[in-house]
Amino acid sequence: MKNLWSKLATIDRRIIYLLVFIVVALPMIFRMIMPIRVSREVQMAFSEIDNLKPGSIVMISIDYDAASEPELQPMLIAILRHCFSKNIKVILLGHWALGLPLGEMALNQVAKEYNKKYGEDYVNLGYRPGYTALMVGIGKEIRDFFPTDYRGIPIDSFPFMRKVRNYQQIDVLVGLEAGATGDAWVQFAGARFNQKIILGTTGVIAPDMFPYLQAKQIAGLISGLQGAAEYETLLKKAGSAILGMPAQSFVHLLIIIFIIIGNIGYFILRKRR
Amino acid sequence: MILNIIGTWLAATLTLAIFSFLYKDNPFYKLAEHIYVGVSAGFWVIYVWAFDIKPMLIDRFLTTTGIEKWILLIPAILGVLMLTRWFPKTAWISRIPLSFTIGIGAGLGVTASIQGFLIPQIGATLLPLTTINNILLVIGVISTIIYFYFSKEFKGTWKFFSRLGIIFIMIAFGASFGYTVMARISLLIGRIYFLLHNFLNIIP
Amino acid sequence: MIRTQLPLIITFFTGMLLIVTFFIPHKPFGDLEQRFLIWYSIISGFTVLLGLDSLVKYHLTKLKKEFNIHSFILLFSLFLTLILGFYSWFKFKTPFALNSPFMYLYTYVIIPLQATMFALLAFFIASAAYRAFRARTFEATLLLIAATIVMLGRVPIGSYIWKGIASFISTIFPKIPYEELAKKEIFALISDWIMNIPQNAAKRGIFIGTALGGIAMSIRIILGIERTYITK
Repeated sequence: MKNLWSKLATIDRRIIYLLVFIVVALPMIFRMIMPIRVSREVQMAFSEIDNLKPGSIVMISIDYDAASEPELQPMLIAILRHCFSKNIKVILLGHWALGLPLGEMALNQVAKEYNKKYGEDYVNLGYRPGYTALMVGIGKEIRDFFPTDYRGIPIDSFPFMRKVRNYQQIDVLVGLEAGATGDAWVQFAGARFNQKIILGTTGVIAPDMFPYLQAKQIAGLISGLQGAAEYETLLKKAGSAILGMPAQSFVHLLIIIFIIIGNIGYFILRKRR
Repeated sequence: MILNIIGTWLAATLTLAIFSFLYKDNPFYKLAEHIYVGVSAGFWVIYVWAFDIKPMLIDRFLTTTGIEKWILLIPAILGVLMLTRWFPKTAWISRIPLSFTIGIGAGLGVTASIQGFLIPQIGATLLPLTTINNILLVIGVISTIIYFYFSKEFKGTWKFFSRLGIIFIMIAFGASFGYTVMARISLLIGRIYFLLHNFLNIIP
Repeated sequence: MIRTQLPLIITFFTGMLLIVTFFIPHKPFGDLEQRFLIWYSIISGFTVLLGLDSLVKYHLTKLKKEFNIHSFILLFSLFLTLILGFYSWFKFKTPFALNSPFMYLYTYVIIPLQATMFALLAFFIASAAYRAFRARTFEATLLLIAATIVMLGRVPIGSYIWKGIASFISTIFPKIPYEELAKKEIFALISDWIMNIPQNAAKRGIFIGTALGGIAMSIRIILGIERTYITK
């Protein structure tokens, strides 16, 4: 028996890798679906967008790249669907240059679903270096930083952009964050210009955003794939997040089992010594 | 269409090349890694050109008139001066644009930290101690700060609070760890979904 | 003099201007600030090119010494990206048209490489959790319990497990009705509480500390006390 435990306490890492791989793949192959419980912070974010009137303007910031795409892209798609279904105009920009095309891809996909036109219902401004300066500068005049859009077309050639000068015309700012830019949005746009902000973040940085949530510096928080799945649930439109959650669940369980086995093995071996 | 199929095969090969590192370090992984660094460096150059130099400098220079046009030369020169770092002899010149950006960063940072973080966060901690959660929140914040205060010896009440601080910190780190696990697994789910859906077409 | 004093003067002037403008956003400060912010954005772009130079130099020197497939591949992919980028720009008026060769490279090379690189971490974190996550001390046990509850509370399986526990409890104590108990979703509730109260408190404490440190550092930089950036 003790031998068994000592063996279990020293499983080869490759076996662990293989198990993780299988446990992720199987629920997907069998297309399992699990009910999603919606948390308060995602409900807050959803209601914020849901309560906007048609014609309101939401600015979405793509502050992530392919490294966190599986977590944040479903959020972006869900939020775009939500906005377009309510005829809300969307301005997209981003501070992570390597992630910007992800925003364009999502816009392209969702705009087709809802028959939305570039320049009339949404624009993609693109990227500028030096995000802190930009966040403060936009507070005065957006054209100082974005005279043109992602494709180099002057933003004044788009009807709804003509009236957008600074944060005052942006009803909600949605930051999709994989790093420090989320804090910067809150501290610059939020604090200095009273911009209402919702953050969608990767699981890694989500815990760091709770102080902002409790201090009401942000109006909602969507964290990780679970957060995205919750948003999809509220939207009643399943996407890749809801599809991924069973796999996520089982791997969590697997890791907890690993931790338990590792600990039992550790204590038995320690006693023996 | 055929290009998309080739692309998917290329993407799947690169995905598997990176995953092969799990077995052990190998030439395929190394190759993929170097392709990644090369392509992303190339991307950055295009980005800087397309999103910075062209719209912010060149297009503006061509469209504005009068003094504004010539003032644009200042950031252009400062930007070019940054590149003097390439040559050891002239590297010191890059301190000029660098000091400009550092000054801006520091100036913005001071006010943003105070207005955007310290004041609202301290304000949100000044809670009526009428519920257990409020009490815990206030004690948690104070004891965590005490734990990181190294200018006084940990003795008596001070030691009690620093000990309490470590309890809060450990719970926070545990929670962060749980969230990090969640995030990493999600990334793997994304990749495996790509392999099963886009590449192998096993799942719709 | 010009090598050390001028940068210090510029830093002091720009830093102070931004602080003053925060309080007095009117003319002339407001306009000057906006101008400086635009310049900052422009100049920041150039810093990206700095890293590129050392990357290219390093691999070119390596290649000159003897042929090395890795350095060759890196430089080749870099120049191929540049060529495709400028070609797409010329052909599609923008390199970012989704059907351009540049975006093809993004979709089929950058995304898989970057995403898979980070997906590897899933395996490493699973293995690390198994190997290093031991309840050796009281503190480590706390960390472990918090992590486990959050891991269960944040995913749907947590509620299935809780339902199992609830049915077990109600079999032993028939007076406790199963439905009521199962509805409680204990893992999710505790996880939410951990995130909102103790976790939140500790993070706030830590960040107040780092914010104070950051403010002190910024002031030292503006006043020229901290000057490592010009001595390096």
